[in-house]
Amino acid sequence: MSNKDLYEYALSLGDNALILGQRLAEWCGHSPALELDIAVTNLSLDLIGEAQLYLDYAAEVEGEGKSADDLAYLRDCLKFRNYLLLEQPNKNWGRTTVRLFLYSTFMALYLEQLQNSKDEQLSAIAGKAIKEVLYHKRFSSEWMLRLGDGTDESKAYVQKGLEDMWRFTGELFAMSDGEKRLCEAGIAVDAASLEAPWNAEIDAILVEAGLIKPPSQAMIMGRFKGHHSEHLGHILSEMQFLQRAYPGAKW
Amino acid sequence: MSKGNWDLFEIFIRSKNGLSHKHVGSVHATDAEMAIENARDLYTRRMEGVSLWVVPSKSIVASDPGDMEHLFEPARDKVYRHPTFYKVPDNIENM
Repeated sequence: MSNKDLYEYALSLGDNALILGQRLAEWCGHSPALELDIAVTNLSLDLIGEAQLYLDYAAEVEGEGKSADDLAYLRDCLKFRNYLLLEQPNKNWGRTTVRLFLYSTFMALYLEQLQNSKDEQLSAIAGKAIKEVLYHKRFSSEWMLRLGDGTDESKAYVQKGLEDMWRFTGELFAMSDGEKRLCEAGIAVDAASLEAPWNAEIDAILVEAGLIKPPSQAMIMGRFKGHHSEHLGHILSEMQFLQRAYPGAKW
Repeated sequence: MSKGNWDLFEIFIRSKNGLSHKHVGSVHATDAEMAIENARDLYTRRMEGVSLWVVPSKSIVASDPGDMEHLFEPARDKVYRHPTFYKVPDNIENM
């Protein structure tokens, strides 16, 4: 392992939280109910808070005097390391719920392990984040049941969401060479080992919600190389606009 | 899903252990479980509490404002019901 490996790893953890946080924030003022507007922006702020901790650490490891803000607002698509799943558009509440459910079920397992990391900073961040993520998992699981077991229309939306999102779930369990080295050093989580327990948890909720698990299929990946879908560029153009147009602006 | 179908729930929060739950407001939700989550997100974002109760608003039975006179007026002139006529002994600190 090297500092470069650790930098990329912290960056990846931060980018995941940042991009999903940004996606959820898009619901602000547009949620199906006032109660959900507050709920989903709470979740968004949890994630952006986590992103700040990871990216601060990444900047420290990189040692070039950058801040978390520099990494978030002044980096281009190719350098982002988030899962492709998280940059996919929200489209509707059903699909947003599916993505949050798939991801936070995974992250709850992931952070449980990351708490034991030999890297003290990562283990401390994981200890804080897991409490938030366990709530995200509860919230999205409950919504999977409400929508799956709700009306024909709500069921159709989540079923379609599952089918659209499933092709991006393989990436959750894939590890870069750098992550494998960190894993051997006791720092990174062995993501591949989480696939079986993740599937068991997902299956349990899908059965209860009356939803059909999509068939095995070719998975779309790209985060190690910065090969993102077209959607990340659109997120960044909105998220980074202010710092790009008015460099160094503060308020 | 139209919000027209959502029920109204009254929310009660216990601010810390030992105190009783207090009414803080209401939320819409499809069922009680979701009401807990909506209440958590609306009313406990700033560490307001350690426990939540949700009660379907339709389960609340309220007194009739028209009955105010005979329900509450009679208590007005019974000041002796307040424990203000007792002398508290000097050594008693927590009354």
